[in-house]
Amino acid sequence: MTNSLARPFRLPSPWRAGVILTALVLALPVLTVFGFVFQPAGEVWRHLADTVLKDYVLNSALLLLGVGLGTLFGGVASAWLCSMCQFPGRRMFEWALLLPMAMPAYIIAYTYTGMLDFAGPVQTGLRDLFGWSYGDYWFPEIRSLGGAIVMLSLVLYPYVYLLARAAFLEQSICVLEVGRTLRAGPWTGFFRIALPLARPAVIAGLSLALMEALADYGTVQYFGVATFTTGIFRTWFGLGDAAAAAQLAALMMSFVFILIVLERWSRRQARYHHTSGRYRHLPRYQLRGWRAVAAFGLCLLPLLFGFLLPAGQLLVWAVATAEKTLDAEFLRLVWHSLGLAGAAAVLAVLLGLFMAYGKRLRGSYGVAVAVRIAGMGYAVPGTVIAVGVLIPFAWIDNRIDAWMRASFDISTGLLLSGTLVALLFAYTVRFLAVSLQTVEAGLGKIKPSMDDAARSLGLPPNQVLTRIHMPIMRGSLLTALLLVFVDVLKELPATLILRPFNFNTLAVRAFELASDERLAESATAALAIVLVGIIPVILLSRSITRARPGHE
Amino acid sequence: MKTVLFSILLFLMPMFGSFALAAEVNLYSARQEALIKPLLDRFTEQTGIQVNLVSAKDDTLIKRLESEGRNSPADLLLTADAGRLHRASELGLLAPVESTVLEQRIPANYRDPEGHWFGLSLRARPILYARDRVDPEALSTYADLTDPRWKGRICIRSSDNIYNQSLVAARIATHGEADTEAWARGLVANFARPPRGGDRDQIKAVAAGQCDIAIANTYYLAAMLNDDQESERASAERLAVFWPDQDGSGVHVNVSGIGLTTAARNREQALRLMEFLVSDEAQRWYADSNHEYPVVEGVEASDTLKAWGTFKPDGINLSELGRYNADALRLMDRVGWR
Repeated sequence: MTNSLARPFRLPSPWRAGVILTALVLALPVLTVFGFVFQPAGEVWRHLADTVLKDYVLNSALLLLGVGLGTLFGGVASAWLCSMCQFPGRRMFEWALLLPMAMPAYIIAYTYTGMLDFAGPVQTGLRDLFGWSYGDYWFPEIRSLGGAIVMLSLVLYPYVYLLARAAFLEQSICVLEVGRTLRAGPWTGFFRIALPLARPAVIAGLSLALMEALADYGTVQYFGVATFTTGIFRTWFGLGDAAAAAQLAALMMSFVFILIVLERWSRRQARYHHTSGRYRHLPRYQLRGWRAVAAFGLCLLPLLFGFLLPAGQLLVWAVATAEKTLDAEFLRLVWHSLGLAGAAAVLAVLLGLFMAYGKRLRGSYGVAVAVRIAGMGYAVPGTVIAVGVLIPFAWIDNRIDAWMRASFDISTGLLLSGTLVALLFAYTVRFLAVSLQTVEAGLGKIKPSMDDAARSLGLPPNQVLTRIHMPIMRGSLLTALLLVFVDVLKELPATLILRPFNFNTLAVRAFELASDERLAESATAALAIVLVGIIPVILLSRSITRARPGHE
Repeated sequence: MKTVLFSILLFLMPMFGSFALAAEVNLYSARQEALIKPLLDRFTEQTGIQVNLVSAKDDTLIKRLESEGRNSPADLLLTADAGRLHRASELGLLAPVESTVLEQRIPANYRDPEGHWFGLSLRARPILYARDRVDPEALSTYADLTDPRWKGRICIRSSDNIYNQSLVAARIATHGEADTEAWARGLVANFARPPRGGDRDQIKAVAAGQCDIAIANTYYLAAMLNDDQESERASAERLAVFWPDQDGSGVHVNVSGIGLTTAARNREQALRLMEFLVSDEAQRWYADSNHEYPVVEGVEASDTLKAWGTFKPDGINLSELGRYNADALRLMDRVGWR
């Protein structure tokens, strides 16, 4: 794939230049914020180190560990069961397991707190039933680090599930059959063949989940867990110290960076594409008896707690408050949310495809680094990205304005700041990693010899992409589209800060009401996010199944 | 070259720019839409001036205003906390306003001495106690809450919250930093649980018996008392309001307030909106729908609020809240108020 016959003093190819340029533009917000890193902030650091830094590091690390284990187990196990085994309900679980993805983390946190808190119906019911009062009994505290881990795992495991399932489905059955001839049973086949082969996809899903967990603000803030994200906010806005806040953000991102580097290092020279082009209908392991029950239960658990229960509660609230909340304005919110999410998804996938393919084509060190940097936005809290967009956009706008005033005595005002362009840009920066990771995982499974064959038959690089790669990895592309769509639908902080006048989305509405502790009234908007999110989830889940190579 | 660029920009402008139409005013509001829109609609009805709104958190709105600079489309900044207005004014984002209407109607300590911002509604943060477990005779001051007899009985939300930051900032302004630190340390030692949830959650925790005392803004309790849901009303009815420090500095109060931006282009309309917001009608609306205390004297509070009686508010100028905000936050970090 790299052109080993390249002549030494060649000009950079348009691909390489394009990728690096795009990456730089997309890295602008993150770099803007990181620019503050070089401002001195010594005294605040001493204060932080003396008081709260230890908590930030410890809580964030524990949160990552917990969410990592939770999503890995939930996602991989359910993906394997749904793609390789046959048991009652499998066809339903195949798509239903994706549903929790449509649930914003802060909404599920508010909902469970409403149900499980000391003053909530569950505990009150227990107290009434047994005549207990405070201190007589033990009940898990929902608003704690443990609670935050459970909440985030419940809504983030679908990332692992989705990517792992796509990988299992794209795997050639031949390797598994070879495994069987070597006497590998179902378990060995899973642990020693399928899982290691699916590793890039599983890791891609996991790192998305972890980055999202690290960037989460709504849940940890509501639960009173001091993490890096809450710390960045306190430091930036409360203590008024942008430099120390940026340094905290840098420290936080180094967490992610170290994890990624470690993982890459452990893979080293391993390659994960398939060498056989033979695909057959997957013969699923038929599960019966207790095994079928266990599989059913295992798949039901995340679905029940990640979706059915909270959505049910939201529905009850929504019905109770529908009169107040459903009006023409509400339809506008739905339309705004859909439009933004759709536009951002297409944009992010196109850019992701461009960058991932550019990297495959011209896999130089510079390109690889550029692609990595462009994808960093995902681990940065939305508010930080938003401020990172705000500053350069306003700067450019004001520069143009100043120049126009000087030259023509006309004020152009703000051209891009406060428009949907700025908002879409912020979404792209924040969620490019999602499409990039997914597309890269998909491309990684296509043999380089395909490229070579296509090129030797005279196809130019861009046609190799559109005529060979894109059809092969349709599943991955659709997955990427879906992930970004749902993510943007749920996105809150950047939308809040960057949106134009008189422009609201479902997420803004749901959050405003919930944060004012009017949980029941926020339910209609929250439920609408979930419903709007479900439709593409189901549609795309079907396409992913159909997109399996060799599938008629 | 310049003319080409110029004509391109001229063509693009209507697509992006926020052109000033006949009569409009642009508002950045930290008060969420549901809590301000009805009032703005009423203003538009009366004056024909269209109000355009962006609502977000106050800190981020200030950041947006700051980076947009002199070209910011915003004419007004509305926040739910005086400390934030003070910060915006320190950053040079707010222009001084001279208006006899505003100056006459708003008491001096609820507005900036130089006219950079004006308080619109008053929010009190007193002590709320469980009727069945606390004798109001035993309550006296905020300072008394550090007494060991309250150990494990107090609920209050996290120090991330601006209301608590302002509570501590006000205390630093009157009692000094060392005294306030000792007070906060004592208060934290009496917490019934690590701080979590919002003000309503503290009220519910008292109702359920997890703690006996909560420090929370009164409009939350009032809203719960008037809630559609039975369970909310039942919880709220188990609590009563105690006005602390009536012989001393008074109950901690804060305001939601408004300031004219230095970038404002619709100054005249903006001023009309500011004056409308302190009119009797608007003040009554604050009182009736949000259960906040009107900032204008002579306007009646809601029935729920009236039932709690009158109180002596802390008399410090609320700019102090902004001045001591960072100090308050550090102090809370030091005493372990999470």
